[in-house]
Order: sequence, then structure tokens, then C-alpha cells
Amino acid sequence: MHRLYSYAMNKPARGSLLSIEHLEDKEILGLLKLARRMNPLKARPQLRNKRIMLLFYEASTRTRSSFEIAAKSMGATTTLVESSGSSIEKGESLLDTAYTLRAVGADAIVIRHPAAGAPHLMAKHLDIPVINAGDGMHEHPSQALLDAFTILKHKKSFKGLRVAIIGDIYHSRVARSACHLLSRFGVKVTLCGPPELVPEFAISLAPGLHITRHIEEALRGTDVIMLLRVQQERLAGMKINLQDYMARYQMTTSRQKLAKREAIVMHPGPIIRGLELTSEVVDGPQSVIVDEVRNGVPVRMAILARALGKAK
Amino acid sequence: MVNAKSQRREAASLLIKGGHVIDPAAKINAPMDVLLRDGRVAEIAPPNKIRASAEEKFDARGLIVAPGFIDLHVHLREPGQRYKETIATGTAAAAAGGFTSVCTMPNTLPVVDSEEWVEWLRDPERGAVVNVFPIAAATRSSRGATLTDFAALQRAGAVAVTDDGKPILDDEVMRAALRLGAELNLPVVQHAEDTRLTETCSMHEGPTSFRLGLRGMPATAEANIVDRDVNFAQQIRESRLHVAHLSTSDALKAVRRGKRAKARVTCEVTPHHFTLLDENVGEYNTNFKMNPPLRSATDREAILVALADGTVDAIATDHAPHATHEKQVEFERAAFGITGLETALALAITKLHRDHKIPLTRIVELFTAGPARVFDLRGRGSLQRGDFADVTVFDPKKRWTFEAAKSRSLSRNTPFDGWQFTGKVVATIVGGKIVYRTD
Repeated sequence: MHRLYSYAMNKPARGSLLSIEHLEDKEILGLLKLARRMNPLKARPQLRNKRIMLLFYEASTRTRSSFEIAAKSMGATTTLVESSGSSIEKGESLLDTAYTLRAVGADAIVIRHPAAGAPHLMAKHLDIPVINAGDGMHEHPSQALLDAFTILKHKKSFKGLRVAIIGDIYHSRVARSACHLLSRFGVKVTLCGPPELVPEFAISLAPGLHITRHIEEALRGTDVIMLLRVQQERLAGMKINLQDYMARYQMTTSRQKLAKREAIVMHPGPIIRGLELTSEVVDGPQSVIVDEVRNGVPVRMAILARALGKAK
Repeated sequence: MVNAKSQRREAASLLIKGGHVIDPAAKINAPMDVLLRDGRVAEIAPPNKIRASAEEKFDARGLIVAPGFIDLHVHLREPGQRYKETIATGTAAAAAGGFTSVCTMPNTLPVVDSEEWVEWLRDPERGAVVNVFPIAAATRSSRGATLTDFAALQRAGAVAVTDDGKPILDDEVMRAALRLGAELNLPVVQHAEDTRLTETCSMHEGPTSFRLGLRGMPATAEANIVDRDVNFAQQIRESRLHVAHLSTSDALKAVRRGKRAKARVTCEVTPHHFTLLDENVGEYNTNFKMNPPLRSATDREAILVALADGTVDAIATDHAPHATHEKQVEFERAAFGITGLETALALAITKLHRDHKIPLTRIVELFTAGPARVFDLRGRGSLQRGDFADVTVFDPKKRWTFEAAKSRSLSRNTPFDGWQFTGKVVATIVGGKIVYRTD
């Protein structure tokens, strides 16, 4: 009989953040409100003596450093465990890694993993909060929250807002989380891309989603343009001609003019200048790409405070 | 060889009294008493009409007495994977599920592609408590390239050939397999999956897989292969094609087409495919991960219709035990498969009979006459005089709760833990000997 693991599983610990899909509206609004009060330079050390493990099975610049700064600015200590240079290379399972980090004294684990559902598996077997920093193609909750935060800094509210998400939605956890969040607050979301990257099923993800294959249609009258990274290897694998793709879906300054005058351009990064968008768009006045990154810190501070802080 | 564990007295004769016999192959659906002697059905007659005496009596009042159930598709994991299941534990689970015969799949370590392994599986030393009928590999090591020696495997006792776990993908190899099968009157069982379309996929392709961020197996990956195979079966006279664990409505269309054209095409469906849907995967619960995966409501509906109208020949569990450490991992990495021997009858009665009003006679047929016919298991699947004394006695009204912890399988990978069912096996008799009795 197998005694290594038991099938006994618990509910994720309070303060965990596994997905946007299962957050209540008030939890989302609460996090955004808390984030507005966070100042990375002058924060209360409400997480002093808390040990936060950053478990990154995938490369990351933004998310990792952002969570690290967020944690440290509130007085927590952080330890980074990456798959290379750890026992994960030796084949240690996710659950064994989780138990190990718990045993070493983690108070919370922030995990980025290439497999959808990895944070959920961990959360069901641990008694400490698990924060999803991106699980495969599934969700990237903190990104959706910082994008929502960024949108609200530039637009009065979500009501009546039109957002276009352009690019490889099929492989994008950012897109899924964004759709769940924006749809919740009545935003009209238009997904745009070729059928291989934006399948028809995508509509069923959340209420209020539309699909168009034509970038012009997506951009006309839109308030927010969200661009997604497109991987050249993926296009090749799907036999999509790169030049064709760029001709149809690359974001350029002239295409940008189809959107509302005050439309903002967003991108979760990393950006590939010249692929999904031109340098002019990246560096143009409507781009809030750098703001997004900056906003990631207070948003992640709010997430960690909700997970471990006393003020919940 | 008497299994030391079961110190049951082997009665040479057993009279099953007072029960209601459902034997679709013999067209019996009436109160009958059944006398078993020396491993065979000695007599079957209306109540109290059997004059001959019996050493042991079984009171079957209020119960259904059926021919012993046959499961065409189980993974007993021997040789080589005893940590998941053994022939002893797997057949004990079979007995608890009312199965008196199981057909084992060859995707073991090594693959069962030789007469030696077929004989090894059938050896009483293995400790089987029910009849074991091996299905041997169709190609060497199930690599899909070179056919095995079907004649030798058949002589050794294989009832069919398959590369289950994998499809026979190459057109020429599949045609050759069907041709050779036709010559020997040996069925070729196909795990219908176009693996070129399902690489790295872990569930059905649809709105649920999209939402969960998992790569999905399109229905066409199954339907295309079944379509092709049915065409081959129609072209190759006397060939016998059996579609394993059919899960899509499009594949059913192809099977119907083949049957209408009088090709010898048969198919089986699992209890989980007539019960569950892709959305039941929920929050990445790997106890809902198997291949073929749980499908859409449309597919399940088509399966229910086909179970009722006779298009489906058999219910087969695809019992696939896996160790906890193989399932308690990330969804896309978890092993495919769930156990099923002990919940099959309960699911059939609860879902098919109680919920969908499919008659009990049809359900019994799907567990007995149907499977016996698919693999020509002579003397089995019916209770006519001279047939093997394999009997399944069950209570179609008994309410009970399935507890995975009490399973006789070595493994616990089931989605049905805690499910409340109507319909329970009361006794399982193999060769005249009671090998399972409900507590």
C-alpha cells in the first residue's frame, strides 16, 4: 500500500490566491483598494519575521523581482528556489518540494510553474497560503490585478469599458486571468487573433467576450489595447507564417489610431519589439507598459498582506 | 490450486434458490432456480422444480441471478508493475464487482507479445480468483510496426490482440492485423487515438480544457481512427474489429455505419464515460484523468442512446490502477487511468437503469451475452445447461456507499469515492465456487 502521500486533501489556506476565476468581486475590489494604499518606499513592516518562499520553476524577471521587492518592503524575508540549482533537477516531486519548504519554515509560498493546476495541488496539501505567480497556460492572478489597477489609474471605471486583447490567447495565462477579471465588472472584451491562437471555445471562458479575426474591428473604439507576446517557435509549430501574422496582427501606430484617442496600450512583457508591436508603440505616449511593471509592486504587496498580514 | 487466503469449502454442487434469473443470451427473465455441479450449470428450472440435491444452497430471494459478468478491458499490471496491482488483487477487485471473467491488456513490463507471457498470465500460480483471458499485443512490444505471431498467441490462450495504451496507427499495419485476424477469427482491439493530434494533451478539447489552460484531445483524434478502421473492416472480409473504450458520438456514427454494412465491428463503453463529463475534472482532480478522456454532454448523450439501442456491445471498465505518487502530481503529468471493477455494476444500475430507464435485461446483456460474443467466450455469458458455473448474484435495489479505502484493489485512483449507489453485488461464483460474498 502506498503511504507516501495520502489522498486526504484540505481546502487551500486562507489568504491563498490561486485564480481570479474563483475570487469574489469584493475580494478583487478589496485587493485593488489595498494596493492603492501601499507605498513600496514607506510601507509598514507588517510582514516582519514572515518567511516567503519564491518557488520559480520557470524563468521570470518582472514577477519574481516584483514579489521580492513587495515582500521585503513589508519586512518579510524571501528565499528564491529555482528549478535549476535545486533538488527539482534531481526529480523531486512538487509535493515533496512543498513539504520540504514548509518544513524549512515557509509562511507562504509564491509559485510559478509550467503546469496548470500546480499551485492548486500544492495548496490542497499545505496549511500555509499559496500564491499563484503563473501556472502554465491557466492563470496569472497578480498580473490581472496589476493590469486592472493600471486601467483604473487611467480610466474612471470599468463600466462601459472596451478592452481588446490581441495575440496568442490560447497559450496565455495573462489573457485568461484578464478575461475573468474584466468580464466580472462588465467590461466588453474582444479577443483578436487567428483561429489557431484564439479558438472559438474562448468565448465560453467568461460572459461578455467576443472574438474577431480582424484587428481593425478589435481596435475600433476600444479604450484599452492589451497585447500578448507571440512566440515565433509556436507560430512555426502551428505552420503560421510569421510575415502574414505580423501583417494582420502587429500593433503599429497607424493601427493604434483606430482606437479611442485616449486608449492605453498594455503588454505583460516581455515584449519583443518588432514582433507583436513596433518600437514606436512601445515608446509612444499611449503605452503604459512601464506603469504596469511599476504597479506590480503595490499590487503584490496587497496580495502578500492579504495572505499573511494582520490587516485582512 | 486452492488460494490459501480463501478457505472457502469448495462445494461440488451448489443450488441457487429463489432468485430471478436474467440471462439475455438464453432469453430468460423469470424466477428460476439454478443448480451448479462440477463447475458447470447442471440444471436451470422454474422455482422448486429441481429434484437433484446439492451440497450447498444459496438463498437468492429478492436477488437477480445472472451469468457471471465479463470485463473485456482490465489492466492487471502483471508482469512488471505489481506496485499498482497484481493478478491476485485485481481479480479480487473483479470478484467484488461481480466479474467472473476479465480480459487483461498487454501493456505491461514487458509487453505481453509472446506465447510464454500469455501462458504465464493464465497459470494458476498467479493467484487469480476469477477467470483471466489475456489479450496479447498486436505488434512486437506494441511498437506498431511488426505484427506478432497471432496464431501462436491464440493457441496459447489469447482471446484477441491489441496495442492498447497506443493505437495501431499505420494504415498498412492495421490492415495486415485485420487480415490476419480474419484468417484466425481473432478480434483486433483498437485503442482509437490519433496520437499525432494528442501529444501533451491531458483531457478532452473543449471549453473546460480551454478554461483550465490544458491542451485538449479533440474528438476527431478518436473518430478519425474509428472511421478508418471501420472502412478497413468493411473492406476485409471476416475481419473483426473491436473498438475499445469508445467515448465520442462521432466514433459511434462510424460503428453504426460498420454494423449496418454487416462488418464484424463491435465496441465497448466504460462506466465513467456514460456517467461523467469533461467538466468533472474540476480543480485539476487527477482521479478524473484517463485516456480516452471524459467528454462533452453531447458525447455522453450519444453513448446513452447507443447503450440503449444495442449499438454498444459491452460495458468494459478499463480498470487502470495507479499508485498514489503517480496521480498526486501536476494534472498534465499524472498517469492516465482510474480503477473501475468495483463500481461498474453500481454505476450501470444507478445511472443507466434508475436514471435513464434502460431495462435491467439490457444491462445484464452488456455485462454478459454482449462481451461473451465479442471475444467468443464459449460457455460463458449465459447459464444454459453445460455452461461454466460462473454466476453473478446482485441486488438491484440495494443502496450503498462506495468507499475507496475498502477497495480490494491495491490502488485508490477512483473518482467515485463516497458515491451513493443503487445496486450491489451480493455474490460472485466462479466455476461453482463462491469467490466473493457481500459483508
